[in-house]
Amino acid sequence: MADKNVSMRTPLSRVKGLGAAGHGVEHWWVQRLTAVANVPLLIAFVIIVAALAGSNYARALAIVSHPLIAIILLLAVISVVNHMRLGMQVIIEDYVQDNGWRIVAVVANNFYTAVIGAACVFAILKVSLGRILL
Amino acid sequence: MSEAKSTPRPLSPHLQIYRWTWTMAMSVFHRATGTALYFGIALFAIWLVALAAGPRVFNAVQWFFGSPLGLLILFGYTWVLMHHMLGGIRHFIWDLGYGMEREQRIGMARFTLIASVALTLAIWVVAFTFF
Repeated sequence: MADKNVSMRTPLSRVKGLGAAGHGVEHWWVQRLTAVANVPLLIAFVIIVAALAGSNYARALAIVSHPLIAIILLLAVISVVNHMRLGMQVIIEDYVQDNGWRIVAVVANNFYTAVIGAACVFAILKVSLGRILL
Repeated sequence: MSEAKSTPRPLSPHLQIYRWTWTMAMSVFHRATGTALYFGIALFAIWLVALAAGPRVFNAVQWFFGSPLGLLILFGYTWVLMHHMLGGIRHFIWDLGYGMEREQRIGMARFTLIASVALTLAIWVVAFTFF
């Protein structure tokens, strides 16, 4: 059978299925992946925050720096920050019509989420690392 | 040289024209709650950085979260978080190919709102009782 495919796309391009943007379904997939991770992580987060409510400094430090709590918080921050970056990008792409402003907004979104992520990760590590409860 | 013609493009119906439905309201709400969480997480970042900065800064931030305004923000944040989480679970059900029928769609949309309020109240009752 003769090849009737007159598409400009190469067979390799079709097999990879990454499309024009070169990312394929990555955005959609990571949005779901982080959403699945968020459910248990945020249930744990709510319990941790409830325990932290009204704590004095020593108690708050002891809770956050506990290895299990710190690991859960770090995982939650990483998952949430990626999830909200992807979600906000979709909102920006849907509603900001001007090309220039859209790029500015997407860049600002990346910067804001990076700052939040770095601040949370640094703070958790700073109060946790080197603190061994004797 | 002929100038490029700009013919008026047809305008699709928008928010003011559609009749509000449960599914539409919860869809809009899912994005609104996501946006609120997006900015609200900055409060958690501030709390964590204050913890890392030392007792003086921490006490000031902790005082704010314990104030009536701080508690109101935390209560609102809890509800928004629960609503977005249940909305996300609704999306998982759709992603798996279930819950597309009319009654199921409306039922799940109502459930999102009712369950988010119930969960929020339960969390705060538990938090105040045990912590």
